[in-house]
Amino acid sequence: MGTLLTNNVLANSIFAAEAGSAGGTFPVLSAIVVTPMIGALVLLFLPNNRPEYFKQIAFLFSAAVGAMSVWVLTDFSTAGAAEFQLTDHHTWIESLGISWSLGVDGISLWLVILTGLIFPLTIVGVDAEHGPKAYYSWLLVLEAGCMGVFLALDLFAFFTFFEIVLVPMYFLIGKWGHGERAYAATKFFIFTMSGSALMLVGILSLAFLNQAETGVLTFDLVQLANSQAIATTTARWIFLSFALAFAVKVPLFPLHTWLPDAHTNAPTAGSVILAAVMLKLGTYGFLRFGIYLFPEAAVWFAPTLVTLGTIGIIYGAIAATMQRDLKRLVAYSSVAHLGFIIIGSFAINTEGLEGGLLQMVNHGLSTGALFLLVAMIYDRRHTRMISELGGLQKPAPKLAGVFILVTLSSVGLPGLNGFVGEFLTLLGAFAAHRWWAVVAASGVILAALYLLWAYQRVFHGPAEGANAEITDLKLREGLLLAPFVVGIVFMGVYPKPVIDRMEPAVDALIAHVEEHVPDFSEPVADVIIFDDHGGSDSSEDGH
Amino acid sequence: MPAQLAQISQPVTPPQYSLAGLSPLIILAVGAFLLIMFRSVIKRLPATAERFATIAVGPTTVVAAWIVGGLVGDEMPLANVRADIGTLWFAVLFALVLVVAALFVGTMRVGFDAIFTSGTGLVALAAIAELWNDHHRATWPAEFGERPVGLLGNPVRAIGDQFSFDGFSLVIAGVILSAVVLCALLLDEYLRRERIDGPEMYVLMMLSAAGGVVMAGAGDLIVLFLGLETLSISVYIMAALHVRRSESLEAGLKYFVLGAFSSAFLLYGMALVYGATGSLNLHEIRLYLASVVILKDAMLLAGLAMMLVGLGFKVAAVPFHTWTPDVYQGAPTPVVAFMASAVKAAGFAALVRVFVVTFLPYWPDWTPAVAVLAMLTLLVGAVLAIVQRDVKRMLAYSSISHAGFILVGVEAASARGTAAVVFYVAAYAFMVIGTFGVLTVVSGPGDRKTNLDDLDGLAARRPALALALTIFLLAQAGVPLTTGFVAKFEIIGAAVEVRSFWLAVVAMVSAVVSAFLYLRIVLSVYLGSPADDSESSDDAPVERVHPAAGLAIGIALAVTIGFGLIPGPIDELATEAIPQLFAAGQR
Repeated sequence: MGTLLTNNVLANSIFAAEAGSAGGTFPVLSAIVVTPMIGALVLLFLPNNRPEYFKQIAFLFSAAVGAMSVWVLTDFSTAGAAEFQLTDHHTWIESLGISWSLGVDGISLWLVILTGLIFPLTIVGVDAEHGPKAYYSWLLVLEAGCMGVFLALDLFAFFTFFEIVLVPMYFLIGKWGHGERAYAATKFFIFTMSGSALMLVGILSLAFLNQAETGVLTFDLVQLANSQAIATTTARWIFLSFALAFAVKVPLFPLHTWLPDAHTNAPTAGSVILAAVMLKLGTYGFLRFGIYLFPEAAVWFAPTLVTLGTIGIIYGAIAATMQRDLKRLVAYSSVAHLGFIIIGSFAINTEGLEGGLLQMVNHGLSTGALFLLVAMIYDRRHTRMISELGGLQKPAPKLAGVFILVTLSSVGLPGLNGFVGEFLTLLGAFAAHRWWAVVAASGVILAALYLLWAYQRVFHGPAEGANAEITDLKLREGLLLAPFVVGIVFMGVYPKPVIDRMEPAVDALIAHVEEHVPDFSEPVADVIIFDDHGGSDSSEDGH
Repeated sequence: MPAQLAQISQPVTPPQYSLAGLSPLIILAVGAFLLIMFRSVIKRLPATAERFATIAVGPTTVVAAWIVGGLVGDEMPLANVRADIGTLWFAVLFALVLVVAALFVGTMRVGFDAIFTSGTGLVALAAIAELWNDHHRATWPAEFGERPVGLLGNPVRAIGDQFSFDGFSLVIAGVILSAVVLCALLLDEYLRRERIDGPEMYVLMMLSAAGGVVMAGAGDLIVLFLGLETLSISVYIMAALHVRRSESLEAGLKYFVLGAFSSAFLLYGMALVYGATGSLNLHEIRLYLASVVILKDAMLLAGLAMMLVGLGFKVAAVPFHTWTPDVYQGAPTPVVAFMASAVKAAGFAALVRVFVVTFLPYWPDWTPAVAVLAMLTLLVGAVLAIVQRDVKRMLAYSSISHAGFILVGVEAASARGTAAVVFYVAAYAFMVIGTFGVLTVVSGPGDRKTNLDDLDGLAARRPALALALTIFLLAQAGVPLTTGFVAKFEIIGAAVEVRSFWLAVVAMVSAVVSAFLYLRIVLSVYLGSPADDSESSDDAPVERVHPAAGLAIGIALAVTIGFGLIPGPIDELATEAIPQLFAAGQR
């Protein structure tokens, strides 16, 4: 009964603290999460006999979210990027110390913007094949869930959104997918739910063990991260439960088997969003809820995770090389690319973390665009088998041009976005886990191998039969791809504005780890050749 | 320990011999009596008379709820509203409400019996709400600051401590009565479809609910047994009431035989406990156990084990679950909805009252047993559910798995655990009534179409029903933004609070396994193509759901989603209901 009393007192005190901090400004972050939900409800209650409006209304709502995410960017203060900004607190369940708590910092900012822009593009660019009403409703619910994960600062809210994204994606794959869609959808749902089920136990254990130590029952991310009251071994167990959930979502090497199935059988919009946004829920989770909440355990587990990430890079590359289905190839390339993000993140130094974050955005742009391009090829040829394609360059030069640009970005050609990210992750990983970085670097070569080889087989050579008659990019398709291309080139040439806004948050995270892990200091390579000459064009400019 | 002893040695508050606490019980019993008297006088109402009677019952319910609420409570309900807007306006408003209610009821084409039963349920709910308000508001207004936990509103004890109508029993009774209201609405169309005449089903349901209310508030083992038998015997008959269906008869018989068997266990356990402690009164047993150390406690422990077996049967815990699939499959679907919600709620209320509250000093002895039961129940329920082909059987096993989840909350033997049990029971009641409500509608005449294949392509034929079913199933799977998720969250929270980490892990693993089952049903609803009448499904007009069943499903849906988004109110209810149970200390 004593606990009940303290809970009440605690809840009251939190509430009082909130009342002071909450200003009279428009709660833009809450609006970002809630607007798509409202959009989904609006669609649900629209009459069935006017299907032509569904898409427009869905686009309207998602574009509003996109506009708000851009507004967040303009409102975002670069100097204070280490702090959570535009925060929004409301008590949700008082007796458990749960609040609806949202905020954005340098780590989540770009993912929010990526999500905010990818969704309207996918909604406007890819038509529903059937059942438009439910299709667009689910897409909007998915958007709300993804935004919620990136913005949540309360573990209950975070878990809620982390789980809720499964439902729309399950239906998108299951109802609008192709091939073995029921199997793929169920596999996706069960895999990801198994991971997060244990995370729920982890979250609750964290909160209650923290309460046992500090007397405060709270699910607030910042409070829990700063109290660090839990015994080391216990914290490692809890970190493991979190890591499992994120590793399935990323996906890390032995848990990746759902990804190729889900990607291959999903509808185009599903694949694009899965690759561009949903895989980032896992990598983002590792940063925000793994390293931040459990610095000691993260450092302790880092070698394991880096190893798995490296295996993922090599394994994904080899598996991709052997694929006959173009979409499956891109799916396996995701496994490899996300391996880079993991080894960068768990280097736990400025270069690695920034590289990981950049790579999250880069992978969203390039793989998202690749899935769109594969879908465009499929629309024309009704096959994705590489062996049946060939010589597409001649009838469709523009398509080929965009394809090679995106492919090179994915390979990591200097001057395009992929290079900056991969370079930084490898630089960071080299300082922390030298030999793994050396192995991982060979993954870059393998990426060039499988992607360029695929390009060669699909676009070069003589165009025969149906391959010779395909049409080139239409204006609409070009406009859809244009933002991706602009992003790819811009972030490759001038990533400074992006990195500037990340850096304070990344440095704060590293400082947090250094503060709470006794023997840890940021791993820096003994000799960084590029550093002296300013060769790493980006990371040092922010100072 | 000294603190606990000090609390125990305090003089016990003298019991208040008030009959007010019995009002929900009296209302249910009187309702059942009136219905059967009325029906035995008038076998069958002419259509017009039925219509008028039905319209009359709606407003009467509102008036009765108002009057009963006033009688039970210290104040009339809505008193503040009346004071604010003046008596005249209030009267006008009230008349308007009556007119709207009458019109609404008139357009619903719902039978007299169903309206009468759900009306009775609503009146009893009003009485409970009023008891709750007095109980909490009168003794502890919000502006008084901190709630004095030990003194929190004396339980309204009736008939010499035989009943204790505390917050816990009120909330459980509220769940049972909500189940009555919703199941009566579901039964209406079902009974007409199955051509089952007569008011027996409704009368039995009210009696059964009365038994459940007694169980929830029992302060004595004999009263507990009395409530349990009243509840069970009514349900046995309800399960067998579809007399032209052999499965239904089989279900009733099976339920009866096994139920009687379990009652024997329970009774023998009570006898042993009486032998060990010298009392049947739960309150006295509690005081005795807290103050006396029984050196040779074998008899007491044997009694506890027997009672656990007996109550385990009632809540369908593995290995005492074998009746569940057969009974759920055979019994009429709305009755199954009632069994899964109200009977389960009453069973868990009894379990909490006997084990968590009364035998709390013996928690090191019984929690391991409950933990093993919970693990078995979770895993067996979830795994066996997957291999079924019949949806009702699937849901029977899934309800076993849910019982396992609730047992995890019982195992915690703490205030938080009990609050989680209350939350789970309340949330599950609405989810399961909704699920079986949809099944009632789609299973067709004779409850024949309950195979998984029969649900194929439901989304194309009845999109709204399919969406509702999907939401109920996802809620049962524990997807966030539904009450099902919050319920699981609270249960797991209670488990980790007392360091039962492995139990929590097993529970979540079984939740994942169950999720597979729910996805199977959802898959066939959305992706399966109807096997036989494929061409008719395209141009067949979308069938309409009977308004009463639709209303029941709609209410269940609104509760499941609404309190999933904003779980605060139910959580508060569950949390506030608990403290006086633990007034004498907890684990």
